[in-house]
Amino acid sequence: MTTLSEKLSESWHRRWGIAGWISTTDHKRIGLRYLYTGFVFLILAGIEALIIRTQLAGANLNVVTAEAYNQLFSMHGLTMMFLAATPVLSGFGNYFMPLMVGARDMAFPRLNAFGYWVFLGAGLFLNSAFLIGQAPNAGWFNYVPLSDATFSPGLNIEFYTLGIIFIGISNTTGAINFLVTAFKLRAPGMSLNRIPIFVWGEVAFALTIIFALPPLTVANLFLFLERRFGFHFFDVAAGGDPVLWQHLFWIFGHPEVYLVVLPAFGLVSAIVPTFTRQRMIGYTYIVLAEVGVALISFGVWVHHMFAVGLPDIALGFVSAASFMVVIPSAVQVFAWIGTSIAGRPKLGTPLLFVYGFIVLFVVGGLTGAMLGAVPFDQATTDTYFVVAHFHYVLAGGAVFPMFGGLYYWGPKMTGRIMSETWGKISFWLMFGGFNLAFFPMHIAGLLGQPRRTYTYDTGLGWDTPNLWSTIGSFILALGILITVINWFWSRRHGPVAGNDPWGGETLEWATTSPPPVYNFLTVPEIRSREPMWDQPELHDGYQSPEMGGRPLTGGHLTLATSSLDAAPQAKVHMPHDSIWPFLVVLAIVVFLYGIVFTAPMVVGVGVGGIFGSVIGWFFPRGETQEL
Amino acid sequence: MVLIFGMTACSGPMSIMDPAGPGASRVARLWWLIFWISIIVMLVVLVLLVYSLRTRRKTGANSEGNPEDVPAWGIRFVAISGFVIPVIVLIVVLGISLFDLAALGKDQNSQLRIEVTGHMWWWEARYPNGVVTANEIHIPVGEPVEFSLETADVIHSFWIPSLFPKKDMIPGRANTLTMEASKPGRYQGICSEFCGLQHANMGMYVVADVNFTEWLANQELPALKPSSNTTKSGLEVFLGSTCIGCHTIRGTAADSTIGPDLTHVADRETLFAARVDNTRANLKAIIIDPQGIKPGAAMPPTTLTDADLESLLDYLESLR
Repeated sequence: MTTLSEKLSESWHRRWGIAGWISTTDHKRIGLRYLYTGFVFLILAGIEALIIRTQLAGANLNVVTAEAYNQLFSMHGLTMMFLAATPVLSGFGNYFMPLMVGARDMAFPRLNAFGYWVFLGAGLFLNSAFLIGQAPNAGWFNYVPLSDATFSPGLNIEFYTLGIIFIGISNTTGAINFLVTAFKLRAPGMSLNRIPIFVWGEVAFALTIIFALPPLTVANLFLFLERRFGFHFFDVAAGGDPVLWQHLFWIFGHPEVYLVVLPAFGLVSAIVPTFTRQRMIGYTYIVLAEVGVALISFGVWVHHMFAVGLPDIALGFVSAASFMVVIPSAVQVFAWIGTSIAGRPKLGTPLLFVYGFIVLFVVGGLTGAMLGAVPFDQATTDTYFVVAHFHYVLAGGAVFPMFGGLYYWGPKMTGRIMSETWGKISFWLMFGGFNLAFFPMHIAGLLGQPRRTYTYDTGLGWDTPNLWSTIGSFILALGILITVINWFWSRRHGPVAGNDPWGGETLEWATTSPPPVYNFLTVPEIRSREPMWDQPELHDGYQSPEMGGRPLTGGHLTLATSSLDAAPQAKVHMPHDSIWPFLVVLAIVVFLYGIVFTAPMVVGVGVGGIFGSVIGWFFPRGETQEL
Repeated sequence: MVLIFGMTACSGPMSIMDPAGPGASRVARLWWLIFWISIIVMLVVLVLLVYSLRTRRKTGANSEGNPEDVPAWGIRFVAISGFVIPVIVLIVVLGISLFDLAALGKDQNSQLRIEVTGHMWWWEARYPNGVVTANEIHIPVGEPVEFSLETADVIHSFWIPSLFPKKDMIPGRANTLTMEASKPGRYQGICSEFCGLQHANMGMYVVADVNFTEWLANQELPALKPSSNTTKSGLEVFLGSTCIGCHTIRGTAADSTIGPDLTHVADRETLFAARVDNTRANLKAIIIDPQGIKPGAAMPPTTLTDADLESLLDYLESLR
């Protein structure tokens, strides 16, 4: 075994130093990077939210100007959706999908590195707009004509259109990588019906991204052309239609809000069996439900447009489709509850976050069903009722599982268990603060308070719920802060985790914490849906060749298997580290700034850089770099 | 907590749970139906979650315990509570809500049609007899009134919570809605589609007026001729300053339609899209420093001598 690990370490050697840091293609380092960057953006969006809440703590306050407020709420939404929730869930996927399916890396390691750099570049690009005081200010939904050149002549919306197109590249490459990894790199024996539900969640997430992002990219390209070159896609006077933007945006936007919860559901389905000592009830139904949510999400976009004045018959169909989403969600919720009832729940911090998630998600799901009823939606759309609803669904539905995931998988990533005491304190502060912050928003909405308003008057009954919301948001922030501190403290001082601190059922628990660069000494053979529970030989991270383990030494190799049954097909040579993905992204960023500031020379440098670095990336190097 | 909040805070000037017309009543009924269904579902989920934590345990109540196999009742539980019951409840709620939707959109043969145009950031209302007013829209009590909704610039949304659900004002489209106030009152509304810098301050009132006919007849008259010396010179100031560039006062030379029509401005109870009460001090503040009250509004500040300003205020206050 020692010689095996030495051989593998040689093939999968890790480069250190700055060059090694920039050029790594190790899915675990990239995954952690997604997590850290995503959490930094989460905190940034949180600070924006706290400023917003301070401004709204009472009637007629002047903490920030109307313009600053509009930039803050626009960037809060953009940051949470594109730069925090999606990347953090991609980060968990990046780190754990190869581990859970028994692969040694993602299918396309360089594309993976490229995706991260694009995400970082796009995040910095969007936020850099604050430095010149011209961050996007027309909301994350950015409706025309408010966002066209007439009504938004500044650079704000240029940052929006280009930033969104840019980040779409990151999501798309990541999605392709998840799909190929899940369908081609699974350990032998891991047939479709043995894939961990978390991996299914990432698959549903990836499928949704691939089909949802093109309309968004098209919409932003249209808007960019209209603003910069006088095209008329949305201009009524020239035969365009502003409602076209709404259709294109929401046919992306609704799948987007569901795709954020899909991997989070997967995360919950990873935590529940481990912490209840119970095999998941209704595996097949949960998987179908995950994919079902992804499919239905493409049929409900018009429920964001119930007040637009579309024909009633169309609204009726979309209303029915919106109600349909309740069913796959309810199936999953009751599968988790049923599993908990059948099992022996141990209320550790991860499961605590799951229980909190279930409560919040059910509240959000119920208000979601209310908003599916057209007349009620027409009354409350664009009010704080909707703000309350989607924070319950998205912050409750995605952020709480994300934090549960940190406590659950943190030991695997750092090798040390996070403090349970502080974890529980953090949970209760987050849970209490969350409800105090967002529950009163239902009331404010029913009392008529519209969204996206920088101030309000007294005498409308809005003062009290807004004050509660503000107090709650600060308690929520404190809870989040405690987990952040807990993470950094525990990764140095926490108790050593060992391979499998929770007695988990999936493959990531077979290897060391943190795992070696090559993940597993031998690519294991799987004979169960819960391999760690049914195959005791996996426990020390080494399945001997007699039991089916494959060492795959003699190169930078992982195993490709068939899509349905995971029968071994080929050894795949994985590419080594490369600095080119980083350089391509650097050139793209230069190119984008050139466009924003209309600087032809800079655009030229950027285009040259993109061509040069792509050629460098794919230049044939004579020697095969693989063996 | 749900119940405390749900029960105590139902009323307010813009509450959808405090309806004053048949449209809003329909919505409020639908709300209470789905509210109670939701409370029941929520309680069931909470009870089940707590029940899952019961202390009575089978073998080995620790994390090292062997995993349990899926029990026979598991799938039935998921199928019934996650599929069968939701399908039944949802079909019923869908049916009721579609019935309500059809009822809200039914043609009601209204006798009055008011054209409302959204501007950044105020509302213009035009009546069939040529009356143009802003931000305070009078309607008769107990009669359906049709509103034709258009926009002069970006997308706005027309919403009077206690009377009717909202509808957007979209360039190139003419949306309509027909609503009715069953009792007299001043019903507050606000733009509910984000429309830029002063979206928050784009308010209005719909006034269900028992004296609607008299009100409309008065509005139809041209502006009162100035009778005193100060009001006469006030009109001179108006016509000689930048005011004339944007506003109309029917019966005078001022006929520009960029800003609100001021023919009967003193008849309104609020100014600047319901931002401030219609008092002499507020009127004065709006004339000399509109950006201080509503930053970004289209109205520029006007510099006048004190005497001119006072006579202008006298004149405007006479426009009943």
